[in-house]
Amino acid sequence: MGAARLLRWLAPTLLGFLFLAGWEWAVRANEVPPFILPGPVLIAQTLARDWSSLSVSLLVTLQITFAALAVAASLGLLLAVLFAQSRVVEMSLFPYAVVLQVTPIVAIAPLIIIWVDDVRAALLICAWIVAFFPILSNTTVGLNSTDRNLEDLFRLYGASRWQVLWRLKLPSAMPYFLAGLRISGGLALIGAIVAEFVAGTGGRASGLAYRILEAGYQLQIPRMFAALVLVSGTGIAIFLALSLLSHLLLRRWHESAQAGEPR
Amino acid sequence: MAKRYATGTLAVQGVDLDIARGDFLALLGPSGCGKSTLLRMIAGLIPVSEGALDFPADAAARRSIGFVFQEPTLMPWASALRNVALPLELAGTPRREAEARAAEMLARVELAGFEHAYPRALSGGMKMRVSIARALVTKPRLLLMDEPFAALDEITRFRLNADLLDLWRAERFTVIFVTHSVFESVFLAERIVVMAPRPGRIVRELSVPAEDRAAPEFRTSATYAAHCREVSHALAEAMEGA
Ligand SMILES: Nc1ncnc2c1ncn2[C@@H]1O[C@H](COP(=O)(O)OP(=O)(O)O)[C@@H](O)[C@H]1O
Ligand SMILES: [Mg+2]
Repeated sequence: MGAARLLRWLAPTLLGFLFLAGWEWAVRANEVPPFILPGPVLIAQTLARDWSSLSVSLLVTLQITFAALAVAASLGLLLAVLFAQSRVVEMSLFPYAVVLQVTPIVAIAPLIIIWVDDVRAALLICAWIVAFFPILSNTTVGLNSTDRNLEDLFRLYGASRWQVLWRLKLPSAMPYFLAGLRISGGLALIGAIVAEFVAGTGGRASGLAYRILEAGYQLQIPRMFAALVLVSGTGIAIFLALSLLSHLLLRRWHESAQAGEPR
Repeated sequence: MAKRYATGTLAVQGVDLDIARGDFLALLGPSGCGKSTLLRMIAGLIPVSEGALDFPADAAARRSIGFVFQEPTLMPWASALRNVALPLELAGTPRREAEARAAEMLARVELAGFEHAYPRALSGGMKMRVSIARALVTKPRLLLMDEPFAALDEITRFRLNADLLDLWRAERFTVIFVTHSVFESVFLAERIVVMAPRPGRIVRELSVPAEDRAAPEFRTSATYAAHCREVSHALAEAMEGA
């Protein structure tokens, strides 16, 4: 068990190091100019040097991402509960949720940015649109997949609608909601980045995507890579954090969180 | 009483049963003969299509039902204690009192010390004990059990059978116990109602006198074997007639 776990961390880490070393070596041996492909060492140096400006942008992007995720989670949950209470509401609204989901965000982001004056609000809306659907659809499935016998039991004891929702349906839907949240965490980041690309705002309060664009225009490729590293790192961190949250909440009872690693 | 499902299946027909308080009655029959349907009608979980159910006049009797399903049907996110406390809490009993009574009931089914265990950590037999504790925690007058031990191994089933009888002898609630096992029905019940399928109906009723059942080592006695033979015959006849 211990050895298997060690290997699980060691193997990808080792592979990563080998890859970075190979990259560095290839760049140096072939004297590739940094504006074509910088080596990992240079990227790390740039990240450290530009940290003060990049971290400000990181914060901006993070704020939009988390705000969008929070709105998506609460609104998705709320709407799913509403769906579970009324078939009519579900049937009339669900198709529009699907429409929202299948419309490419790049295509509607310009419109939203034109319509909404406040740029950050527009970015938030874009990120929300992308993050919203997995939470809604997962939670809806979860609320509808309660154990029928348990439902009968609640009925036998004369449980109210509210008791059924609070004590039976919501706990049953919890693993589904959390799985949706894990997907939406990454999507919210993607949505925020895509919207920032489309908006292309300058000035102080611009996110990581704008740093990437800006660095690209100025041919500061190492800086571009540094910003990219931050984006990926953020995505990984969000995924791990949400996986951990899910693990902590479910470990005592759900099959998906058997003792061991968070997945 | 009769039951026709929306699909048109006539699941139960012409059932007429008179059950006295404190009876231990087994409903015995092959799969699909309407045992579960009958039980769910008695519990009020599905409407009766034809005929009626008469409960004792006091309104409390109608509500005072415990139900045990074939699966333990526990809430996986709640500890054994919280599972057993559920019926009380749904009825508005304050949490502390509900938990105290649930703990007491868990001790009665020999699960003292497992209050805070989650269902995942319990064996099949233990989960079924929790389920029985939950059904009994409201001190119901009528306990309905739908093949509760069918999924358990034989050793566990024998123990649970004996423990259920002890509980029944102590409390004297009425039990309607659905099973497709002849041996189980003879061991447990005073009255054995044999059912046949298509359409589900009662074909015979047999009884196992209390004197016989009180005998020590009843399960290995000759009287037990004789009763089993008799019930098996009745069941075979019911199947032929179908
Ligand atoms: N919800 C239902 N809708 C339609 N038909 C049903 C339903 N439940 C049971 N039946 C039918 O009613 C008959 C009796 O079923 P059931 O009461 O479950 O039998 P048993 O518990 O004795 O195995 C079967 O033919 C079954 O297919
Ligand atoms: Mg059945």
